[in-house]
Amino acid sequence: MQGSNTPLIEMIDMCKSFGGVHAVDHVSVDLYPGEVMGILGHNGAGKTVLIKMLSGAIKRDSGTIKVNGEVANINNPRDAKHYGIETIYQTLALADNQDAPANLFLGRELMTGWGTLDDVAMEAETRKVMNRLNPNFAKFKAPVKALSGGQRQSVAIARAIYFNAKALIMDEPTAALGPQETKQVADLTIQLKKEGIGIFLISHDLHDVFDLADRVSVIKNGRLVGTARTSEVTKDEVLGMIILGKCPAAATPGPGALERDAA
Amino acid sequence: MSSHNNAETAGAAATPGKARSGTRSPVARFFQATELDTRLLGMIGALIVLWIGFDIASGGVFLTPRNLWNLSVQTSSIAVMSTGMVLVIVTRNIDLSVGSVLGFIGMIMGVTQAIEIPQYLGYEHPATWAIALAVGVVLGGAIGMLHGYVISYLGVPAFIVTLGGLLAWRGAAWWVTSGRTVAPMDGNFKLMGGGVDGAVGATASWIIGIVACLAIIALLRYGRTQRQRFNFPLRPIWAEFTLGAIGCAVVLGAVTVANSYPWPRRIAERYAEANGIPIPEGGLFISHGLAVPVLVALGVGVVMTFVATRTKFGRYVFAIGGNPEAAELAGINTRRTTMLVFMVMGMLCAIGSAISTARLNAATNAQGTLDELYVIAATVIGGTSLAGGVGTIAGAMLGAVVMQSLQSGMVLMGIDSPLQNIVVGIVLVIAVWVDTMYRKRT
Ligand SMILES: Nc1ncnc2c1ncn2[C@@H]1O[C@H](COP(=O)(O)OP(=O)(O)O)[C@@H](O)[C@H]1O
Ligand SMILES: [Mg+2]
Repeated sequence: MQGSNTPLIEMIDMCKSFGGVHAVDHVSVDLYPGEVMGILGHNGAGKTVLIKMLSGAIKRDSGTIKVNGEVANINNPRDAKHYGIETIYQTLALADNQDAPANLFLGRELMTGWGTLDDVAMEAETRKVMNRLNPNFAKFKAPVKALSGGQRQSVAIARAIYFNAKALIMDEPTAALGPQETKQVADLTIQLKKEGIGIFLISHDLHDVFDLADRVSVIKNGRLVGTARTSEVTKDEVLGMIILGKCPAAATPGPGALERDAA
Repeated sequence: MSSHNNAETAGAAATPGKARSGTRSPVARFFQATELDTRLLGMIGALIVLWIGFDIASGGVFLTPRNLWNLSVQTSSIAVMSTGMVLVIVTRNIDLSVGSVLGFIGMIMGVTQAIEIPQYLGYEHPATWAIALAVGVVLGGAIGMLHGYVISYLGVPAFIVTLGGLLAWRGAAWWVTSGRTVAPMDGNFKLMGGGVDGAVGATASWIIGIVACLAIIALLRYGRTQRQRFNFPLRPIWAEFTLGAIGCAVVLGAVTVANSYPWPRRIAERYAEANGIPIPEGGLFISHGLAVPVLVALGVGVVMTFVATRTKFGRYVFAIGGNPEAAELAGINTRRTTMLVFMVMGMLCAIGSAISTARLNAATNAQGTLDELYVIAATVIGGTSLAGGVGTIAGAMLGAVVMQSLQSGMVLMGIDSPLQNIVVGIVLVIAVWVDTMYRKRT
C-alpha cells in the first residue's frame, strides 16, 4: 500500500492530568489509512481523554500530534475537523432539541444565497446519507431526543462520515445498541475501511473490537501497555494486557507494561 | 409557521408525508396537514377565553376597540424585551437586569434629547429622536455585552451577574440626574409611545395590513417551492389556503379594530378647526389606526423570529440550549454566542425603554421597576423552557399580551392592585404547570 509508510495520524507522548490524576500518561499511538486501530482498556483507563485530545475537545498538557507526518496544530474541535478528523463521541454529542438535519450540519450549516439557513437543502442531504446508513430512518423533522438509541447513533455516524473524513474516531460506538444495530456498525466500519478511511475504534470490551481491528493498543491507568497486530496475538493475550497490563511477546510494549521481557 | 429549532413544532411535523392520510380524526388530520403549532394555538385559545371572560365580567368594556388598542400599546415594551429573553433563557441563562437597564437607558436617552442635543441643534430638531435612540441602542448593546462577557468568559453565573446589574443600573439611573425626572421628550421621539400622534391613521394601517397579507402569502409560496425543489412531501393545497386565509384574517381584523378607535372628540374638533375641515353631524371620526409602538414591537418580533430560526446565530443559540457540550464539540464558539445573546438583550432593552419613555413623555429613575419579572413571566408563559433549548419568539410576545390582558382586565373590573399581583403570580405558576404537563404528554 502506498500510504503505509507514513501514518495518517500519530499521537506521540500525549499527557493529560486532571488535578493530580494522570488520566493520560505518555501515551503514543498511530493510525494508518484504511486501518482499524482498536483502543482498549477498562472504564476509566483514559481512552476517551486520549482521543478527545485528538479531536480537539480536550487541550493536551504535552505531546505531539502529526497528520500525514506533519505536526498538526489541534487546539479545538474545529481544527481537528479541518484536518479531516471526525469523531463519534461516546455521549453522541447531539443537540437533543434539534432535528437530524440540524445536528448533522451543526457548525457547518448549508446556507442559501441570501445568507440564511438552507433547511430544505440540509434535509435533502440528510435524507441521502441516511438512506445509505439506515434506510428505515424516517424522522427527519423530529428532535433527536424522540429517536431510539440506534437512530441517534445513525445521526452521529452520518455527521462524522458526511464531510469526507480521513480519520474517524468511534468512542464506544456500540455501547447503547442492540445486537442487530451493533452488526450494522461493524458492517459500516468494514465499508469505511475499504474506502481508505483510518478508524480509531475505542471500546472497553475486547469482543467488540478484536475481529474488526487490524491492530490494538491497550491502555491501563492512563498508560500504554502495548500495541499488537490482532493477527499475531490471541484474545486471551489481549485480555491479559487489559486486565493485568502484561505485554505478550508479539506485542510492542509501552511504558505501562508490567513485564517488559516476558517470554 | 415553519418548524425548526423548537421541539414543540417538530412534533406536528414528525411523521413524514406518506403516512399523512391515515385513519385519524378530521381534527388531527387538520393539524397534521397545516403543521400548525398546537401549543401556540392552545395559548391563543386561552387568550380568547380570557378576553371573553373579562368582557363579560366588565360589562362589555374589555372587547372594545379603545381597550384593545390601549392593550396593544401597553404590551409593546414588555413584548419587545421578551423576544430577547427567549434567547437568554433558551441558552439556559436568565437576565434579571432588564428593568433596571431600561431605566438607566431611558434616563440617558432623556438627557440626550432634552438636555444635550438642544445645546447644539436646538429643540425639536428632526434628527433628535434618531440620535437619542441610537445612543440608547449602542449603550444597551454595550451593557449587554458587558454582562455577557462576565457571564461567558469570566464564568460568573448569569443569575448573579444580572442580579448585580439589577441593583447597579437602577443606581446608575438615579445617578444620571441625581434622581430628577427629565421631561418633556422630543416630539418625534414621543411618537414611539403611541397616543393620538403616535398612531399611523386609517389609510397607512390598511396599507401595512395589505403588505403583511402579501408577505404571508409570499412566505407560504416560498416554503412550498423550496420543498418542491427537493421533492419533499407537500402540504395539501387546501391546507396552504387555510393557513393563508387565517393569517390574512388576523392581520386585517387587527387593522379593522385599530381603525375603529377614533380620536377623542375634543382633539378631533381642534384638528378639524386647525385644518378647516367641516365637522359633520354626530361628530368627526378620525381613526387612530395602528400605534407606532405596536408596529415597532411587531417589527422586532419579525426580525427576532428571523434571527432565531433562519440564521446560524439562532441555530447555535438553540443548540447551546439543547446540549452545550455538543455545541462546543461541533465547533461552535459557545462563549461568543452567549455574549452576543446578552448584547441583543441589551439592545432590545433600549428599544423597550424608548417605547416606555416616549409613552410617559418623561424619563424617571424608577422606570421599568419590576419589568424583569413581567418579561420573564411573559417569556415563560409563552412556552420558553427554563431548562433551555426550547422557545419561540411569537410565543413570548403572546405571553406578553396574556400578562397585559390580565392586568388591564382586572383594572377594568376594579380589582385592587394587591389582589392583581396575587392573581398574576398564581396564573404564572399555573401556566407553567400546564405547559409542563403538555410537554410530558408529547
Ligand atoms: N473532565 C474531567 N475532569 C476530571 N477528570 C476527568 C475528566 N475526564 C476524565 N477524567 C478522568 O480521567 C480518567 C480517564 O477517563 P476516560 O478517558 O473517560 O476513561 P475511559 O477509558 O473509560 O474512556 C478517569 O479517571 C476520569 O475520571
Ligand atoms: Mg470512555
